[in-house]
Amino acid sequence: MSKEELTERVRRIIATAQHLPEEKVTADSTFAELSIDSLDGINILFAVESEFNINIPDEAAQSIRSVRDVVEGIARLLAEGPVRA
Amino acid sequence: MNRVAITGVGVVCALGHNSRDFWQALSKGRCGIEPLQSVESGSLRFPNGAEVRTWDASRYFDEKEIGMLDRFAQFGVVAAREAVADAGLQWTPELREETAIVTGSCVGGQTTEDEGFVNLYRKDIPRVNPLTIPRTMENAAASRISLEMGIVGPTYTVSTACSSSNHAIGQAFWMVRSGAARMAIAGGSEAVFSLGFLKAWEAMRVVSPDTCRPFSKDRRGLILGEGGAMLVLESLESAQQRGVRIYGEVLGFGMGSDAFHITQPSAEGPARAMRSALSDGGLKPEDIGYINAHGTATQANDATETAAIRKVFGTHADRLQVSSTKSMHGHTLGAAGALEAVATVLALHHGILPPTANYNEPDPACNLDVIPNQARNARVEFALSNSFAFGGLNAVLAFGRARR
Repeated sequence: MSKEELTERVRRIIATAQHLPEEKVTADSTFAELSIDSLDGINILFAVESEFNINIPDEAAQSIRSVRDVVEGIARLLAEGPVRA
Repeated sequence: MNRVAITGVGVVCALGHNSRDFWQALSKGRCGIEPLQSVESGSLRFPNGAEVRTWDASRYFDEKEIGMLDRFAQFGVVAAREAVADAGLQWTPELREETAIVTGSCVGGQTTEDEGFVNLYRKDIPRVNPLTIPRTMENAAASRISLEMGIVGPTYTVSTACSSSNHAIGQAFWMVRSGAARMAIAGGSEAVFSLGFLKAWEAMRVVSPDTCRPFSKDRRGLILGEGGAMLVLESLESAQQRGVRIYGEVLGFGMGSDAFHITQPSAEGPARAMRSALSDGGLKPEDIGYINAHGTATQANDATETAAIRKVFGTHADRLQVSSTKSMHGHTLGAAGALEAVATVLALHHGILPPTANYNEPDPACNLDVIPNQARNARVEFALSNSFAFGGLNAVLAFGRARR
């Protein structure tokens, strides 16, 4: 999967989770800009983990603050291989 | 208005099955957090908890009674029995009518409920234990205490997440102070260790993968605990007439709501509750020598609580001694306020302040004297005990050393 495809999927997940139109969530958006608080952040990570079948470690979770952070975090974890379901 | 004395305490938790063992552990800074035994290792992101280990219900209840009581209720009842014996109470019909019971619990008999669900949803057993409802209801401990002791006075349970017990003790305090009740048994109990409930906590990413380090820069979250604690409250006059040992007094109770966020704390809400407890007790900030903090060891709580304390106490905050005993007995949710009330009262009584255990590194955002790792001999006259719950519900109790 290319970075562009991954970014599209992440944008869609975040837009759905936050009940926002997809156009509002850009590849450059930060969570602060999208009014995503810590609880919203956890819900988004939950959706991302389910969609990509990955396990995001807690420390990583705490430093994710933008769409780009999410995309890069997923790319790193996917490169490490699939996790048991 | 009566002055309200504390004449009996009872505790069951990871640090011991009675208040003496509890105090021993606190005064030695001994931590009760260990690898979980109730769930399979590896099933959770966090391996540790503050369980009540080696709990043998048959020491306290017969078989039929065990069938009626979930673990959470067992803890509450045993703690109440200890507190009542500790206070040297002799029940008379009048006293039974004039005693209140107010307990706190967050999720009541959820371990019973969980077992029932496993049977129903997983094992296709279409019947659940017919005693499921009386076992799971949050008031099960209060009702059982009433039943056992024949107490017919005002009896109820408060459920306000992590502030439940503080709210319960506060309500009981106001009843005895106003004379609405001659005596009260107040506290709370909680049993959290079933996989489903633990998974729910795991999903919030607030539980520490190692241990509980309140206020430490390297803190990684809370550690869950279970247990129960009860206090006997009566008017000072009544305690003096009976000639019993007085541990201390409840002086004030303050509460409020953040109206900020459903899980994130604000500094203003907790500050308001602390000011309210002080004013209810006729105390000034400078009177306080020790605070038993809510101190869950989440990044959010400890920094926010520090900010709230500084708002209320100003420069006096530099002279306060503040510790979180959750570092030793874990976060017992609905029982937290009760365990911490007993810890605070015993600290005043013995002149020893329990430490914040597992403390490694100062955090500039938590710039208070947190009594790191070692208990301290200190004669303190007045103390606060804080509970700041999910849902923004804050409850603070003010205590005083026993004075002649």
